[in-house]
Amino acid sequence: MTTNLQKITIKGTRDGLTLYINDQCSFDDILRDLQDKISMNGITDDQPMIGVTIKLGNRYLTEEQQTHLRTIIREKQKLDVEHIESNVMSKEEAMQWKEEAEIRPVTKVVRSGQVYEVKGDLLLLGDVNPGGKVIASGNIFIMGSLKGVAHAGAEGDPYAVIAASYMQPSQLRIAESISRAPDHEVNGVYMECGYVDETDNKIRIDRLQDVIRKRPEMTSFERRMLNG
Amino acid sequence: MGEAIVITSGKGGVGKTTTSANLGTALALQDKKVCLIDTDIGLRNLDVIMGLENRIIYDIIDVIQERCKTQQALIKDKRFDCLHLLPAAQTSDKSDLTTDGMERIVDELKQDFDYIIIDCPAGIEQGFKNAVFGADQAIVVTTPEKSSVRDADRIIGLLEQENIEAPKLVINRIRNHMMQNGDMLDVDEIVSILSIDLLGIVIDDEAVIKASNHGEPVALKPDTKAALAYRNIARRILGESVPLLNIEDEKSMLAKVKQFFGLRA
Repeated sequence: MTTNLQKITIKGTRDGLTLYINDQCSFDDILRDLQDKISMNGITDDQPMIGVTIKLGNRYLTEEQQTHLRTIIREKQKLDVEHIESNVMSKEEAMQWKEEAEIRPVTKVVRSGQVYEVKGDLLLLGDVNPGGKVIASGNIFIMGSLKGVAHAGAEGDPYAVIAASYMQPSQLRIAESISRAPDHEVNGVYMECGYVDETDNKIRIDRLQDVIRKRPEMTSFERRMLNG
Repeated sequence: MGEAIVITSGKGGVGKTTTSANLGTALALQDKKVCLIDTDIGLRNLDVIMGLENRIIYDIIDVIQERCKTQQALIKDKRFDCLHLLPAAQTSDKSDLTTDGMERIVDELKQDFDYIIIDCPAGIEQGFKNAVFGADQAIVVTTPEKSSVRDADRIIGLLEQENIEAPKLVINRIRNHMMQNGDMLDVDEIVSILSIDLLGIVIDDEAVIKASNHGEPVALKPDTKAALAYRNIARRILGESVPLLNIEDEKSMLAKVKQFFGLRA
């Protein structure tokens, strides 16, 4: 009976092809089947690249197996794997997700010469003094004065934001962007939030209320799963 | 059992040694048994300010290297029987002072004295670590200048990692007219940045320099504002609650009369 069951089902959609892979058979079977299936469907050279989404169902593939799958599909035809989706993930990955999606509350005054770094979002109940530095892979929220350096989205998330009750930073960094305070002395501002403006890729500081309109997905779990 | 208090600042020249000498004197005025320790090896000053320089026979390194007993190295003050000084060495190497040695000396002195005031060298290296190691409490001295406040902040951060009570703050060399004009950081601003308890403020007073040059701590001259400030700090250390000194200049009688009649003072 099992031999009659389709190991791989291909469906065409507007966005490209979707490969449903049966999650009960062995990985070797899939590879064999895949090679047969793809070589059968001849696509001529003048056609554009087609995006492929692979749906694995309840199958877990290691990083190595995933690349294997990608190369097979890639070398056969004008096909390019865009996503590999699975319903399952390893514990390790799950822990990492959780870590990066968590808010870490800290009570501390980060003083001159001190560096405080966290995974995920940082909620600091205290100040960052001049010469001090806080780093987070997610957002940074400071219930106090920010007078030192803050680096949000340190692992490359440009959608991270930096909010503080009192904002008078010497530098703000979000992912790869850096902005610094002007050379002349300026007063700080209350309840403002720094973010990267997509139009010119520069860090801007706006009222908190304005920034939440631009980043409505700021605290959602999905955003952190995708960008974390 | 006494208490050891380290006086530190990070930055040099903000008045650690002057503060140590005057707090020691002010505590002695309250009949407490006080021992001052100078840990600035090679650059000793505390003995000069106390006017005890020519009485030095042994120093702290002699004690650590067991060339003499602790009691032999202590110098009794000219004015108070209850005030003693353990001087720093002038010729030894800095590395001769060790944390173990400091702890031993401080523990020994705690048996005989109510307060041990440790004058810390500038910087954040081994000298600072030695001075802080034996202490139970810390007083951070700063002046109303940005660089000095920045260094004080750094020092407070380092003190938080030590096994020591939360440090207290003394703001030294306050110039009233500059603070009022906004040319100097004001007291509230400094306290809000450093976020530690304020122990006292000391006005920048020429009498301090004059007194130091005569080897007489200014705390002995009750008619100066600086003396009052140091005595108040000593009382706060002893647990009294004393209001902060009014830093505004007192107006002359004539000015008060003029003000009364609505004339410009």
